[in-house]
Amino acid sequence: MELSVRFFALYRERAGSSQICLDLPEESTVADLTDEVRRQFPNLAPPQVRIVVAVNADYAEPETTLREGDDVCLIPPVSGG
Amino acid sequence: MIELTYNRLNPERVTSVVMKDTNGAVVTFLGTTRDHFEGRRVLTLEYEAFEEMAVKKLEQIRGEMQAEFSIEDIAISHRIGAVPIGEVSLVVAVASPHRVAAFQACHKAVDRLKEMVPIWKKEVFEDGFRWVACEDHEFEAPGVAPGSASAD
Repeated sequence: MELSVRFFALYRERAGSSQICLDLPEESTVADLTDEVRRQFPNLAPPQVRIVVAVNADYAEPETTLREGDDVCLIPPVSGG
Repeated sequence: MIELTYNRLNPERVTSVVMKDTNGAVVTFLGTTRDHFEGRRVLTLEYEAFEEMAVKKLEQIRGEMQAEFSIEDIAISHRIGAVPIGEVSLVVAVASPHRVAAFQACHKAVDRLKEMVPIWKKEVFEDGFRWVACEDHEFEAPGVAPGSASAD
């Protein structure tokens, strides 16, 4: 399935892109997606850091199953205020 | 009221949104842009937001504060884009019949915002920049991709 993945702030700068398209097997999870993103962008985050993901504008757990058309965004540590 | 805006914030306007005759207290918090970080001079700040989700999360915080505290209303306005030093980046206004609930809800709303609303702050220095709160994302050997450094 094809998914669009958006990057913000630190991730956007490190990826050199604000959006990519990923092709993942059906039933892939959020953890599968971050594994694939790390493979493509090894400089995105150190291995010990968990990459936080939002699916359809809500925080998602690593075991969440993704569906075609989901809006996936990678969320670096937030610092509003 | 919840809003993200690229324009200068007007604390009085945000405060007036929550004011009603039934309230005995209004607490307004202003977040302002600081000119230094660990001895380095900050020239300006840039805020970026995942706008759709940020608005949704700010609405969630508004609901949480109304459920947890005896407050009448809460308004949150966050500025995004470039914000010069010394200007207001955040206004949180809380109105309540009594002051204690207003103080508590305002304090907690700001804490919640800082822990979970997808907004990012970049401090720009004379000789570089940093994304605030991203220290855990620094690689031990800068510029070296994980896996490419030899183990011993």
